[in-house]
Amino acid sequence: MQSNSITPLAELRDASKQYGSLKALENLDLSLRAGELTALLGPNGAGKSTAIGLLLGLLKPTSGEVFLLGRSPQDLAARRQIGVMLQSAELPDSNTVGELLQLTRSYYAAPLGTRECVDLAGLDGLLDRRYAKLSGGQQRRVQFALAVCGRPRLLFLDEPTTGLDVEARQGLWRAIRELVASGCSILLTTHYLEEAEALADRVVVINHGRCVADGTVAEVRARVAQRRIRCRSTISAEAVALWPEVRHARVESGNLEIIADSAEPVVRRLLAEDARLHDLEVQRAGLTEAFIELTREAA
Amino acid sequence: MSTMTADFPMSRILRCYLLEARCEFMRLLRTPSFVVPCLSFPAVFYLLFGVILGGTRGNNGMASYLLATYGVFGIMGVALFGFGVTVAIERERGFLTLKRALPMPPGALLFAKTAMAMIFASMVSLILAIIALTLAGVSLAPWQWLALFAVNVLGVLPFAAIGLLIATLCSGQASPAIINLIYLPMAFLSGLWMPLSILPGWIAGAAPVWPSYHLSQIALHVVGRNAEQGIGLHLIYLVAVTVVCFLLARKRLLSLNQMGA
Repeated sequence: MQSNSITPLAELRDASKQYGSLKALENLDLSLRAGELTALLGPNGAGKSTAIGLLLGLLKPTSGEVFLLGRSPQDLAARRQIGVMLQSAELPDSNTVGELLQLTRSYYAAPLGTRECVDLAGLDGLLDRRYAKLSGGQQRRVQFALAVCGRPRLLFLDEPTTGLDVEARQGLWRAIRELVASGCSILLTTHYLEEAEALADRVVVINHGRCVADGTVAEVRARVAQRRIRCRSTISAEAVALWPEVRHARVESGNLEIIADSAEPVVRRLLAEDARLHDLEVQRAGLTEAFIELTREAA
Repeated sequence: MSTMTADFPMSRILRCYLLEARCEFMRLLRTPSFVVPCLSFPAVFYLLFGVILGGTRGNNGMASYLLATYGVFGIMGVALFGFGVTVAIERERGFLTLKRALPMPPGALLFAKTAMAMIFASMVSLILAIIALTLAGVSLAPWQWLALFAVNVLGVLPFAAIGLLIATLCSGQASPAIINLIYLPMAFLSGLWMPLSILPGWIAGAAPVWPSYHLSQIALHVVGRNAEQGIGLHLIYLVAVTVVCFLLARKRLLSLNQMGA
């Protein structure tokens, strides 16, 4: 099919989902494009799980349409082209890693070899172990292996690094980058904004079931004009917090950290009040500040 | 639904079903809290009440009666616990949700669980048959042995459906207790442990309510007890229980699914 490169891999069209009187999603449009890693962000209860549930065919929309690889997500032929790692899903305790991998590979038309899955997810020496006997981090890696074993065109990763230590997280990030480089598209949800910042080509922020921002990490960051000012000073954070233009001020490991709507007036006053101020740094606010700001505005 | 496609022929789909059943079987085989009671309780009870206490040796009628009813007792446990506990736990752990998101062929998990229950039921049936042949001195015609085996294996279906329904209604932690509360009284009240004829009249009168009573009547028919009665009504009752419980369980699972992933 020629149209495949143009049509989105997965799409929510004006989708709403209601549970009783609770509106979990309201008229959400979301399309996942080929070759991109999209990070879906939002506070708890924002509708992330509902959006994923709709795209995977786990839920039916109250109104609107859902397409997965141009088909209904209920369609097995569509789901054979995706991989899934769900935050809330635990695998059976008494199966071995090898059994789980063999079974999940059998669902796909052209799966990766067992060896490749082991290498990609870092499962060396674990194939004969039972799932219950693995550490939390190893269990996450098994779930990751099951998600990628079918050579998916589109991969859903729901909080993939929760409970992983720094090294395991770096390893998973490397695997994710390799997958994207090889042409796999990914929808990632995460609580770690630095994870989205490190990996995402595109960030979609939802809050109260609506999309509040959609763009590259730089674009979403730019939605928030705030600056982060850092310096060493004897001025107290409490005093600075009362200045106009200042949003927050706190002392963090000896540094005075200030989030301000614009940097210049604050810096001018800082220098005027403390002649011995040093180590001054001014940065554009990060994704974390943008996220807090975006989700608060919409509240 | 396009289950079968050019790159996913029928042979691949069959392989999914077989691997699914293998995983399910290995899972239960490594769960001592399932295997030990399911395989040993019917055997121990049959030995105790049918061979040692019952003094049925040489009394072919009584020994074959209890062979039939303890077989039903055994396979009920396999099906009720095999479905009721595992499905409740898998539902709670989000495993069923993951299975729905994965491209698992439709019904593969249900097939796997049914196949697993039938395999364990055939083990129960064989163990009891060996005890009956060696210790209890039961003698049956070859067709009767085969028919009894078939009753035991196919008899898991209504209890699997009941177990499935229970699993959709209660938590994984509560399900073993709830199943025991249904399983043990139902076995007693339908005359599986001791013949209804030696129990109070009201128990015998109420027995036709229980699905286990009807399965036991079919098993007893096979071993030559109450041979004058047909088994048609018993079969209809069991099929009805299977269909109704399965449909209720399915409806409940579908509504749970839409309550949030």
